[in-house]
Amino acid sequence: MASPLISVRNLRKTYGSGPSAFEALKGLDLDISEGEAVAIVGRSGSGKSTLMHLLALLDRPTVGTITLDGTDTSRLSARQLNRTRNSTFGFVFQQFFLNAQATVLDNVTLPLKIAGASRRERTARGMAALAQLELDDKAGNRANDLSGGQKQRVVIARALINRPRVIFADEPTGNLDTATGGVVEDILFDLNRREGINLVVVTHDDDLAARCDRGVHLRDGLVAAREEVAA
Amino acid sequence: MRAVDIVGTAFRNAFRAKLRTSLTVLAIFIGAFTLSVTNGLGTGINRYIDDTVASVGVDDVMTVTKASDDEAAGDGPAEYDPDRIEADGPPGTTAVALTDDDIDTIADVAGVLEIEPVKDVAVDYVRHDGGDRYTLAVSQFVPGMEVELTAGDQVDLDADDPQLVLPEDYLEPLELGGAGDALGRTVELAVTDGTGTQVTTEATVVGVAEPGVIAMAGAIPNDALTEALYDLQSTGAPESETTRYGEASVWFDAGAGEEATQALQDRLADAGYTAVTLEEQLGTITAVIDAIVLVLNGFAVIALIAAGIGIVNTLFMAVQERTREVGLMKAMGLSNGRVFSLFSIEAVVIGLVGSALGALVAIGVGQLVGGVSGELLPDLPGLTLLAFEPVTVAAVVLGVMAIAFLAGNLPALRASRQDPISSLRYE
Ligand SMILES: Nc1ncnc2c1ncn2[C@@H]1O[C@H](COP(=O)(O)OP(=O)(O)OP(=O)(O)O)[C@@H](O)[C@H]1O
Ligand SMILES: [Mg+2]
Repeated sequence: MASPLISVRNLRKTYGSGPSAFEALKGLDLDISEGEAVAIVGRSGSGKSTLMHLLALLDRPTVGTITLDGTDTSRLSARQLNRTRNSTFGFVFQQFFLNAQATVLDNVTLPLKIAGASRRERTARGMAALAQLELDDKAGNRANDLSGGQKQRVVIARALINRPRVIFADEPTGNLDTATGGVVEDILFDLNRREGINLVVVTHDDDLAARCDRGVHLRDGLVAAREEVAA
Repeated sequence: MRAVDIVGTAFRNAFRAKLRTSLTVLAIFIGAFTLSVTNGLGTGINRYIDDTVASVGVDDVMTVTKASDDEAAGDGPAEYDPDRIEADGPPGTTAVALTDDDIDTIADVAGVLEIEPVKDVAVDYVRHDGGDRYTLAVSQFVPGMEVELTAGDQVDLDADDPQLVLPEDYLEPLELGGAGDALGRTVELAVTDGTGTQVTTEATVVGVAEPGVIAMAGAIPNDALTEALYDLQSTGAPESETTRYGEASVWFDAGAGEEATQALQDRLADAGYTAVTLEEQLGTITAVIDAIVLVLNGFAVIALIAAGIGIVNTLFMAVQERTREVGLMKAMGLSNGRVFSLFSIEAVVIGLVGSALGALVAIGVGQLVGGVSGELLPDLPGLTLLAFEPVTVAAVVLGVMAIAFLAGNLPALRASRQDPISSLRYE
């Protein structure tokens, strides 16, 4: 078997220090192979978001290593971390985190702007991403004026714009009704299947978890059981 | 993120909360406007003085008088000195006269290139073509000095025929017509000689002087005319009278530097004379104006500092509001340094808009005031009350931008240090 894209060993995360210290993750091992769709499930407070933030290099673990594509991520400089998050990862959050006053196109192309792409390139790639999500007719609208489902599609377009290898999604359908959530799920899994983009999805939704290749069940900061959710 | 995108984003961000930003801009505007106006006032007045300097004298000439011993006027009555004569200034001001011996002594002092006693002539009246008679003051012309003229030329010092430059406001009373018409006309000047008889001589008008505040109010004769008038005036007077002068003009090498000038003044002081350069005479005026402007600027800067605190406040609110946005951008790979620039440039934008508006409006007000200042201050013709030098205006705008940048530092630092995760968790 090829070496995994992301490999986690003995991952611990402690919040705070002294008597108020809280150990959210208590020594966790996990491998995610190329092209896999992984669901992280578990009760509220079990450490799902904490794990996702560590995997997405938004935070540093207290103990343990995260290897990305064979590189120990603790060795990366701040600049390399920024570049990795910008170009290798895409983010979808439960709250959309859109700039309400800016246009849909500006919101979608924000990662390109951060990466330093020219305006022309941003517009071209932004329109392509919006077309992929059937939102190209909304490009000039203010993000605020879209429906919830449309907003989440804008967020996915934004996550896609840099052609990432992994999309991290924290409760991507948590704010949407079942039907709209279903559409968003379809889009994400379509991307996973057709473009081989890894999905790391944090969810409470059993149906969404079931559609992933694999579920990682967290309980009190540890992997409780590693089951094939499809079973 | 490209620099152009950072600036563009900062610009747009600055005007996202329009009312809040506008109020901060207004505060900056008031400070910058005040600063521009006070600077403009200083520039205007000092420029006016500079412009008129040339008509007062030249900078390689100093005025020498005999030092008087009783400078402490408060120390009781001064002893009588038979050499004391009336001097320029308020009634009662006297100076010790310079005699021909003094002139020779001064001429021998090292550094004195040339000396010319100032021959005071008191003209009784001036008359043109048998018309009405008018009083006229006559001042001495120093080579190199330039009177601002409305028409004609400066007097020719070497000319043998008596010439004079007449102030503009004499044209109408003397019925000389327009400034151009007066040139070449002959006027009659009268003095009283030593025996009490009034005698007259004639002079040609070669130029018409613009009225000015520092410029001497009187007519300016050439040497030939001064000599003629002085000779007439001295006729019949005792010799002790005619060889006593209130002051003398001493030429020196202005190019030798300030120290050399000071050394010359010291040598003259040792010899018992007081020498004052033109720069010193004017220096006091400009120094007073500079001091006033400095105090006014101080108030404007206080206003600007208050406005700077407004910027700090505005930006802290903006950072607070955009916590999640900043967190998101950091999650997507925006570096701390870029976050810092985004917010500090936003502050600079606020400073730029406020100060540019302030400077523009100040210049506009200057134009308006310039239009009416002629009526408000008719005694100061040629005065532009508010004058703006591009360098000063640019300095004000840049200075305000620097204050704004400093004010933006604190909020920008806070934004750049925000932890992306807690920002994303922020409700
Ligand atoms: N910054 C922090 N400081 C202290 N404790 C924290 C911090 N962040 C998270 N925690 C704690 O760590 C634990 C795990 O939090 P996490 O957000 O990962 O839970 P979760 O599984 O995502 O829950 P949910 O499903 O409700 O989102 C929680 O008990 C939480 O209170
Ligand atoms: Mg969570």
